[in-house]
Formats: sequence, C-alpha cells, structure tokens
Amino acid sequence: MLLRHTTTEIKERKALTVNPAKTCQPIGAMYASLGIHGCLPHSHGSQGCYAYHRSALTRHYKEPVLAATSAFTEGASVFGGQANLLQAIDNMFTVYNPDVIAVHTTCLSETIGDDIPQIVNKARAEGKVPEGKYVIHTNTPSYVGSHVDGFANMTRSMVDYFSESTGHKEKTINLIPGYVEPCDMEEIRRIAGELGIRTIMFPDTSKVLNGPMTGKYRMYPEGGVTTDALKKTGDSMGTVAMGALASGPAARALDAKCKVPCEIIDLPIGLHATDMLIDTLRQVAGVNVPESLTFERGQMVDIISDMHQYFYGKRVGLVGDPDQVLALTKFLVSLDMCPAYIITGTPAGKKYEKALREVTKDVPGEVKIKVPGDMLLFHQWIKQEPVDLLIGNTYVKYIARDEDIPFIRHGFPILDRVGHSYFPTVGYRGGMRLLEKILDALLDRKDRDSTDIEFELVM
Amino acid sequence: MTSIPILREREGQIYQKGREPFKMSCGKHSLAGSVSQRACVFCGSRVVLYPIADALHLIHGPIGCAAYTWDIRGALSSGPTLHRYSFSTDLREKDVIFGGEKKLYSALCQLIDAHQPKAAFVYSTCIVGIIGDDVEAVCKKVAKEKGIPVLPVHSEGFKGTKKDGYQAACDALFKLVGEGPTEAVSPCSINILGEFNIGGEAWMIRDYYKRMGVEVVSVMTGDGRVDDVRRSHGAALNVVQCSGAMTFLAEMMKERFGTPYIRVSYFGLEDQSKALYDVAAHFSDHPEIMAKTREIVREEISAVYPELQRIKPDLEGKRAAIYVGGAFKAFSLIKALRYLGMDVVLAGSQTGNEADYEMLRDMCDDGTVILDDANPLELSKYIIEKKADLFIGGVKERPIAFKMGIGFCDHNHERKIPLAGYEGMLNFAREVHATVTSPVWKFAPKAVIS
Repeated sequence: MLLRHTTTEIKERKALTVNPAKTCQPIGAMYASLGIHGCLPHSHGSQGCYAYHRSALTRHYKEPVLAATSAFTEGASVFGGQANLLQAIDNMFTVYNPDVIAVHTTCLSETIGDDIPQIVNKARAEGKVPEGKYVIHTNTPSYVGSHVDGFANMTRSMVDYFSESTGHKEKTINLIPGYVEPCDMEEIRRIAGELGIRTIMFPDTSKVLNGPMTGKYRMYPEGGVTTDALKKTGDSMGTVAMGALASGPAARALDAKCKVPCEIIDLPIGLHATDMLIDTLRQVAGVNVPESLTFERGQMVDIISDMHQYFYGKRVGLVGDPDQVLALTKFLVSLDMCPAYIITGTPAGKKYEKALREVTKDVPGEVKIKVPGDMLLFHQWIKQEPVDLLIGNTYVKYIARDEDIPFIRHGFPILDRVGHSYFPTVGYRGGMRLLEKILDALLDRKDRDSTDIEFELVM
Repeated sequence: MTSIPILREREGQIYQKGREPFKMSCGKHSLAGSVSQRACVFCGSRVVLYPIADALHLIHGPIGCAAYTWDIRGALSSGPTLHRYSFSTDLREKDVIFGGEKKLYSALCQLIDAHQPKAAFVYSTCIVGIIGDDVEAVCKKVAKEKGIPVLPVHSEGFKGTKKDGYQAACDALFKLVGEGPTEAVSPCSINILGEFNIGGEAWMIRDYYKRMGVEVVSVMTGDGRVDDVRRSHGAALNVVQCSGAMTFLAEMMKERFGTPYIRVSYFGLEDQSKALYDVAAHFSDHPEIMAKTREIVREEISAVYPELQRIKPDLEGKRAAIYVGGAFKAFSLIKALRYLGMDVVLAGSQTGNEADYEMLRDMCDDGTVILDDANPLELSKYIIEKKADLFIGGVKERPIAFKMGIGFCDHNHERKIPLAGYEGMLNFAREVHATVTSPVWKFAPKAVIS
C-alpha cells in the first residue's frame, strides 16, 4: 500500500491540491516551442524551472531536451530581469545559434512584471538579434491555468509572431494538432496526406522528440515547423484545430489576424472523432475520402464488433488533460463502456465540464466529474466504489497497484514505459492501438482472475 | 582544445589537465542564456528533506514546483509513506495578488488534522519570496495550535543555487535537533548524514555500522524519522557523506552540541572501507569495534571480489566521462572506475568548489577534461573528442549519451538499485558492464569530430 494515507472519507478542500493531475504553464510552452525547427526554448525565470521542465520532458520522451534560462538571482528578482534576458539573447545566438528563441515567462518574471517585447526590441536595437533570426515570446504565469494553457499560449504566439497574409490564398490547410505526442502529429499529417491535402502543421514535434539514434547529438533535430512555413499559415485556405483548449486560441488568432477560417474539433481519438477529422478536412479542402482511409475505418469497426462484448458495461476511471479526456470519454461511451470517474487537473471551465456531462448523460449509474480535481479525490472515489479500468499518466500506477485495477498509461507524463511517442493513439490506426491496449488490460485481468475451470484458450 | 564555441565567460570553467596552469573558476552563478544542467534552491531543499517519511512536506507555491518533485527519487521508507504524496497550496492568480498566507494556514491545518505527522516542512518557492508571505509567522501559529514542529524552509528558487537549498534544508532540520531525549543513546553512536536511501542504500550502510557495534541514532535523511532527528545530538559522531548537502548541519551541530564530524563516501570498495575504518578509529577506546570492522571489510570484500574480477577484463581500458552534481561523488567514482580498470577522460560537477577541483586535478590523469557547470554541447563534444565509452550523470545527460551511442549509468535520481556499499560496488560494476558492453552500440555508428 503505497498510498496508505489516502482515506475513504472525502472532505471539501479549497486551499490544497494533493497529488496533482496537472503541472504548470511553462513546460507546455517549452514543449510547443520544441515543435519549431531550430528553436531554442528560453525560460525567463530562475534556474530551477527550466531544469525541472527539461528533466520532466526528458523523462517522458527519453530524448535530449534543450532549453536555456535567464538564471534569475535575487538582484534580478528585485530590479527586473531585463539585463538577464539581454545577456541571454546575446549568449544564445553567439553560442547555440538557433533560428528562433522562444521565450516563456515564469511565475517569478510575471509577478515582477518584466515586459518581454520591450526587452526583445531593445535586444534587437542593440544588434543582439542576428539578421534572419527570431525571438518570440509568450506569457505563461505558473499560477494561471496549467501546462495545457502554456502549450496553447505558445502555439498562439507562433501565429502572433509569424503568420502573414499576402492576399493570395494557397491551397494549403493549417493543422494545429493539439497537446499530443510527436507520433500523433505525424499520424494526423499522414491522414491529411492520404486525402491529398497540402498542410502546414504547428507545432510539430515529430522527429524532434521521437528521433532516431544516429550516433550524434544534435541540438536541433530534423523535425519541427519552419519559420517560412509558419509565415505562410496566413495564406492557407483554412485551419483545422484539434482540441479546443490547446489549439483553439491559435486557430482563432489566425482567423482574426489573417482571415483564415477555422474549424475547432475534438482530438481525433476514437472512431467518431477520427470521422470528424476526416470529414472536416474533406469539406475544408474540397476533396474526396480515399478508399485507403475507408479501409482503415473498416478495420477499426471490425475490431470493435469482434470484441464488443468485452467492452460492454465496464466502468472506467479517467484522469488527464481536458482535450484528451473529452475525446477519450466520447470514445469509451461509443464502445458501450461506462466512464465513471473523470478528473482533469486543468481548470478548464464550466463549458468544458458541461460538455463532459453531455457526453456521459446516458451512461448508466452515477458519473463523477471534477474539473479541476486532483488524484487524491480520484483515488478516494475509487476506494468508495472501484472501477474495472484506469486510464491516466504514470502517477496513476500507485492507485492501480494499491487498488489492484487494470491500468492503461495515456497522457502526460509517462515516465516508466516507452511507445507513447512512437505509436499514435489518434486516427483509425491509433484507435486500433487503443482498443488493443484496453482489451489487453481487461483480458489479461480476466485470464489472471479466472479459476482453472473458467480459464479458456479462446476469448 | 577544440573547435566548439565556448562562452567567453565560461573559459575559466573548462580545463584539460596538463595543458595549462590550473585555476578553476567555480562557485559562480550560471550565465543567463546558458544551457546549464543545474537546478535551483528549492530543488536542493526538496531532495534533502524529502526522504523524512513521517513528516508532512507542503510546497507553498504554484503547482509546478510540487508536480515536478512528486516522488522524484526512490528514497525508500521502511514505514510511513507520507513523503511520497505531493501536497501543494497550488497558488492561483488571486493568491499572488492578495497573498497566500490564509491558504497556507488552512492547508497546513487540514493536512495536520488528516495525517497527524510528526512534523511539517513548508517549502517557500520563488513566488512566495516575491509576494512576501510571512511563512515563518504562519508556521509558528500552526505549530502552537497543533503542537508539532512546523518548519519553514526558505527555499525561494532565485536565492542562489541548489547548494543554497541544502543550507536551507539544514537550517530547517537543525531546529529539530536537540529536542528529543538522549539518555538511551550509546557512547559508541553516530548519525549518518547525507545519505538518502536511494534504492535502500541507507539500510545497507546502517547494517554495517550495526554489525561493527556502533549505534546509528539517525540517518539524515534516508528512511528518516522526525524523532530520530530530534535526538541526533546524542550521537558521539556525525558521519557526513557528499560534499555539499549536509556539511552545513554537521558544522552547526559541532558548534552547538560539540558533535565532531568526519567526511566519508560509500561508493567503491576503497571509500566504503575507509568510511568504516574512520568511524572505528574514532571509537579507539573500544578496540573491539576496529577488530569487528576488519572482519566485516574482509567478509564483504570476499563476497563481491570474485565476480568483480570476472567483470574487470571486459572493462579494461574503456573510457568514462563523469558529470555529476557534487564533486565528492566524482572522487569516489574515479576511484571505483579505476578499480574496474577504466580511464576517466572527463570529470565535472555542477557545484564543486575550488578545493574540490584541485583535488579532482590531482586525481586525474593528464589530458582529462575537468569542467564546472557544463552544458550539453560541451559535454557531447568532449565525449566524442575523448572517445568515451561510458557517461555517468543524471536524467538530462542520459539521452545525450544514448544518442551518441555510448553507455550510461545514472548516479542521481533515476537510480533503481543501490550503488553504495560493497554490494553496491558490485551492482555498479554490473551496471557499467551491462551498458558499456551492450550489443546495441554495434547498431549505430559513433560520431567523430569532422
């Protein structure tokens, strides 16, 4: 019993988060920045922040994660971080030679009120920003929102800083993939490719955080959206943004700035959500759906029909980021499963909670939802009445072990397994992988718990 | 030395032994814009105090500081597991504007009522320092109301480096020292300082001392208990591991309670044996302790020796690069690697001081690169240049080593098995052997400087 101090009795907690189901904004901004080619993320604050963010991302992706820091001291905290940032910009371009520096703030620099654009302008005026290089920024106070907002803010900054409208529309669609794994971004691009659509995806961490082993350490791996491509997003004929919280702000900003109409849809997790992605792409780009995608869809439906009796009525506890959790919940409901407990640590708002309620309104039994909630509450619900399956990040494994419940790792962070950055869970193929994982967990459990008499060769 | 660009301000922090006169510039704050591998004050405090398992650890700040340090190290406990929870006041925007003291008070009261901990540590983060919450006053108030020690840890991230966090942790711990009864403490007794029970190391070391006939009053802080810390001033000797973390506390205890201290390391056969002998020598009026120690050392070494001998030929002449937090760890690692027949081609630390680097210089062979507060670019270039086969470091260095196609051994947070003690040396040798001789390195070409 690792979490032996968790009690069944639930008390209202207003001033206290225990075992958080979220983390702070800057790490999301850092992750998004890594999706720009040749970008060096920069954390404007004290040294610890960026060290933690680099460590956390390194543990999740098992890849080198590069970033720099303003290395605030007491002096900087009192007199402001201008001198630090000016020196940092100079040092970074001199030594690390990035194409782009993407600055995000921290609770510290936000509170002392550093004006990043003003400092960057000063750096430019002083000749510290070489020709053809960029410094972009976003505000990511750690005491507002969560890592999801940090991701959304940095993605929106890509629009604010780069998107241009030449007045000439290209037959290109912008894809904003949301806070997903590098392989998910790749899969979304593949699907668009199957439809014959030219796309610009941002951010794009594929090949950056799931790159090959080459015998070399590269500061700036092959992947990432280029600044040229980012500029052209303003001339695209439309934008498809996945995940309202992580991608909505950038999509709307691009519409407002360059009149690129946007469709904001769910993350394409599961059958319906993937249908929705493909249908949206079809309409926005004016293309037909090829046989290849219909074939993949058929395979996914085939798996569901083959095994549907095992999904039926299974109670699931879900914890994770809002866009992910909403899409997963819809998927589970479509499988006739019963999402019983749903928690996201991100303060995603009333509208979001309403959407979750709407999706689960026909689920039999009580569905407990808490936005924002933490993993202590999640555990307490489970202690009161267990579920058949848990879905969440690595931290859920403590609960899974203590309560002896099958568990699928999904979301951020996953610290103790590989696969999440290589094998997508979006699209039909990703859906098939999710189905496999769910079935493996449930059927392994059934095999384990069956008596000799019930134990069967064929499931 | 090489063609890589080095920040001019960092030139004094990189040396190649034998090439130029040696005067390491160190103890400096990292440069703004550098990709330093270092962390902050809060990080230092958190790793030192975290293993105290029956205390409450409440992080006063926005959620990130708590989230990133939630169960971050395998500091094992033989009893309570309260330290493995993540408690945070999760400060929001309005708390930053109007202050977080009320929230802190309420959180502390709730947690103490729910868990009845022996003591509570309250960690101040950057933002708390900026908005000026009077954490000390809140702690005092709660301590009075709840009747347990509630200790503020002044660990605002921007106030220095990880090392300053060690000091803040020691300051907090020191408030507990001297509060408990010491009548039952043996005259042959010690405290183990700077040992955090990663993978159960404190249990092994404790056992050696116990077998020697020396009572271990407290381990600070591996598998730590508040009551043990409170009576730790009853011990006759403080045995301090690691250069940075706990020396502050040993100094304070020496000053207030007259407790002498010695510095030791538990890594490698040589250092581990020396640690035991030094403690035995301290109790020279009990010659049976030394006799017993000799017996233990003989026993333990003969238990691991045959397999170590089997492993050594495969590692003979392989080259290792070391980049760790504290310099003391580097000393032990150099000895341990030499014992395995390996050459150390790069040695560096995040927090070494001048004396540490002089010692490093004396230990290293000519040509070894010695560096302070390095970054991935420097590390990777020297690894290629020096043709290293093994990298020993922490979480951020692991994928760098693997991308370059060389072995890696974690000597920090990601450690899964004990590397201290005699058994630990064997574990270490096996781990180094497994990674250096892994067939996977045949599948990727190694980079060369073009």
